[in-house]
Amino acid sequence: MKRLLDFALPVAVAALVLGLWEWAVAHWQVPVYVLPAPSAIARAFADNFTSLMTALLSTLTVTMESFVAATILGTATAIAFSQSRLLERTLYPYAVILQVTPVVAIAPLILIWVGFDRINLALAIIATIVAFFPILAGATLGLKSADFNLIDLSRLYGASQLQTLWRIRLPTALPYLLSGMKTAGGLALIGAVVAEFVAGSGTATGLAWRIVESGNRLEIATLFAALMLLAVTGVLIFAALSLLEWLLLRRWHESAIAQS
Amino acid sequence: MIALKGVGKRFANGTQALRDLSFTVGAGEFVSLLGPSGCGKSTALRLAAGLLTPDTGEIAYPDDKPEIGFVFQEPTLMPWADALTNARLPLDLKHVPRADASALAALARVGLEGFEHAYPRELSGGMKMRVSIARALAANPKLLLLDEPFAALDEITRNALGDDLLRLWREDGLTVLFVTHSVSESSYLSQRVLVMTPRPGRIAGDIALPLGRDNRLSPSTIEAQRVISEALGEAMAA
Repeated sequence: MKRLLDFALPVAVAALVLGLWEWAVAHWQVPVYVLPAPSAIARAFADNFTSLMTALLSTLTVTMESFVAATILGTATAIAFSQSRLLERTLYPYAVILQVTPVVAIAPLILIWVGFDRINLALAIIATIVAFFPILAGATLGLKSADFNLIDLSRLYGASQLQTLWRIRLPTALPYLLSGMKTAGGLALIGAVVAEFVAGSGTATGLAWRIVESGNRLEIATLFAALMLLAVTGVLIFAALSLLEWLLLRRWHESAIAQS
Repeated sequence: MIALKGVGKRFANGTQALRDLSFTVGAGEFVSLLGPSGCGKSTALRLAAGLLTPDTGEIAYPDDKPEIGFVFQEPTLMPWADALTNARLPLDLKHVPRADASALAALARVGLEGFEHAYPRELSGGMKMRVSIARALAANPKLLLLDEPFAALDEITRNALGDDLLRLWREDGLTVLFVTHSVSESSYLSQRVLVMTPRPGRIAGDIALPLGRDNRLSPSTIEAQRVISEALGEAMAA
């Protein structure tokens, strides 16, 4: 019953809002280039289905590439930090600088350096920079959170650094890493979209470009369709990573147990 | 089995935990290290295990350094691994082949048959401590070091585990060094009680307990409690 309500209530709200929206647009005769009715958006979505899906695929590819790259690079950097305090103290400030610098400010540089002929690589690099930090922060915290007594115990039995890392530190870090990955998944999509915006006309082929283009042409219904597609994609990425988290943690971690 | 000679240890924050701590534990003995909280008992145990190095003095093993099993106050299990994997950890770290059989045997000896594949969160506090003891036994130690292992348990569980520990000690011919702040626990379990002063800790009394303490309420156990309590009182006042 509670499960049903969790699902039914948001759907009911959506139906209500869409209904009101449809009614309001018709009632006040709002021009379609200001605010299209939901039915017009649905029609635009159907009319442009193939091109929107192609654009989604392009954005999704960049998102996935950058998410995987950020996960690997972030985890590897965190592991390197966990093995050397000196390395961490030296390099962590630069990771923070990378994080706090607005990506739109660095994006043009990266586009120029990588070159517009390799636009997808440039977009992936920009999105990776955006998604990198939560992985690094989560994995770094997780690797440090290992039970000191367990570490002592492994020392007692003559464990190597690598054994301690593999058997104690990495499993401890897993929930923190997964939490970072959930944030990074959404950020990779945002990064891909921002990068496409910066790349501008004639180069990018993703959803962001469809939004810019539709705006320029005053095809607001198509713009909305692309926007909704983007939102749904973001939600699906989050849901997929939440599922992964649950699958990996359900046997032992408090966070996953509370849910089931 | 092990001898501490004039051991001193100061922590990085400047606290002098131990000063001139000396004692020996012979092979096959069951010795309790008793003292108030913060007197450096746990530090002494970590030094004995080689997890810390002393600032002054030395720790000697008359024979070769024995295989050591260590039990912490908390069960200190890996929450992501089942009981079997937890008990197997020392063997895995040492790359011992066919570790499963030894780990299963160790779990059986602490009464955990049938719980091999239970995760720590599915076990009670006493059972988690049993897994922790099984893990210490899995590597077949000669010297078992226990750091207030039963302090967080209820009295019924504590007594049951104490009896199990005595049985394991007798069966295996183990040497046991048992850190505790419980007079009654030390009076019943051990053959010898080392009483420590408040920080900086050193040995204030070395009490050999008579035989005949067959249960927790036998007259000689009660008498041992009185002797230990007096020694502890003197150590606290000193």
